[in-house]
Amino acid sequence: MRYERPETIQDATALLAGARDKAFVLAGGTDLLVRMQSDDFDAELVVDIKSIAGMGDIVRTPDAFIIGAAVPCAALAENEALVAAWPGIVEAANLIGSTQIQGRCTMSGNLCNASPAADSVPALVAASAQAKIAGPNGTRTVPVEQIPQGPGKTSLEKGEFIEAIVVPDAGAQAGDAYLRFTPRTEMDIAVVGVGVCLALDAEGVVQSARLALGAVGPTVVIAQDASASIIGTKLDDAALDAFAAAASAASHPIDDKRGTVEFRKEVAGVLARRAARIAYTRAGGN
Amino acid sequence: MSSIAVSTTINGDDVEYLCQADETLLDVLRNRLGLMGAKEGCGTGDCGACSAIVDGRVVCSCLVLGAEAQGRTIETIEGMANGSELHPLQRKFIEHAALQCGICTPGFLMAAKALLDVNSSPTEEEIRYWLAGNLCRCTGYDKIVRAVQDAAQEMQGERA
Repeated sequence: MRYERPETIQDATALLAGARDKAFVLAGGTDLLVRMQSDDFDAELVVDIKSIAGMGDIVRTPDAFIIGAAVPCAALAENEALVAAWPGIVEAANLIGSTQIQGRCTMSGNLCNASPAADSVPALVAASAQAKIAGPNGTRTVPVEQIPQGPGKTSLEKGEFIEAIVVPDAGAQAGDAYLRFTPRTEMDIAVVGVGVCLALDAEGVVQSARLALGAVGPTVVIAQDASASIIGTKLDDAALDAFAAAASAASHPIDDKRGTVEFRKEVAGVLARRAARIAYTRAGGN
Repeated sequence: MSSIAVSTTINGDDVEYLCQADETLLDVLRNRLGLMGAKEGCGTGDCGACSAIVDGRVVCSCLVLGAEAQGRTIETIEGMANGSELHPLQRKFIEHAALQCGICTPGFLMAAKALLDVNSSPTEEEIRYWLAGNLCRCTGYDKIVRAVQDAAQEMQGERA
């Protein structure tokens, strides 16, 4: 295995594109180094992107937050503007692993690891976040939900890597939330994870809604029926009932030791309801 | 396979070493530099016994490549005491009997130090969440939490 630490995006994509065999991007390494311990791990090349300018920066532009691919999740919680604008994303990212893991792990890595139970991904999908992808032929930007294609599989082409996550401004009357169910209070993997982002008008009527469900399918489920059921409402009990029912209906989980299908569908509805209430309050609704 | 030359700072000293591309920082510390305080409990970032502080953040050194240490500032348990004078956390761990077999202790001390570096008076809940990635199979954690609280209190008194 070779270890390379390029200083430009062009050098990184050229290294990745030129690899004869398997090549991996190293940012936080909290998934990659675990895989490296296994006997069947085989890589020709690891490209450490942390020496590339901007990879460790959180930049606020007039219409977005741009979060570099190597920003550790712990740093998200230290950025007051990001916490104020996107508390749900920050909370989701800070549920990943332990303090030690949060000091290294990144949201871009969480996305590319493509686990169905990734905590930060439903929150990013709910926020309509985009992935900025660098590649040998230049840069392209896609919605984050287009990156994971199934457990451990991504849509990235050879030579490509995510250079930043772009979270577009949702306006002053918007709020987000992420909740998950785990048997333990920390150091656990989501049985169900729910990200919600709502935007309201001045009267507190829901103008737009986005619900993303994690760990209830091979990739994040965007529950459009649920979102549609609360648009035009002030999130009264009837609207929340419909929202929760639609969230359960949109879930297609598997049975495993961490939860049954029936349990996961139920919990998806319960968490969707609770997360929507939190997002509504954060958006300025009563 | 050719080795990678790394220049880094460990416990305030400039250190240079050669390592392999797939060698972890934990292996470098233990096998190349003779710094045996960090322990390998799991090797997969679950137990915290290998905790070290890299550029101010506590991390599992088993999940860091040795090559990544280039140009960084690393703190390990070996740099915690000031000569023969123990750090307050070390002293309080002994006073409160917050260790039994001791394998997890260097990791707990590094993680607790990183906590007190950013939060000088953490609540019990904050301590328990912060240390959730450090596993101890002997003590049941209560004595560790009390030792950290007591050390924080003493260190605050020294500052006042």
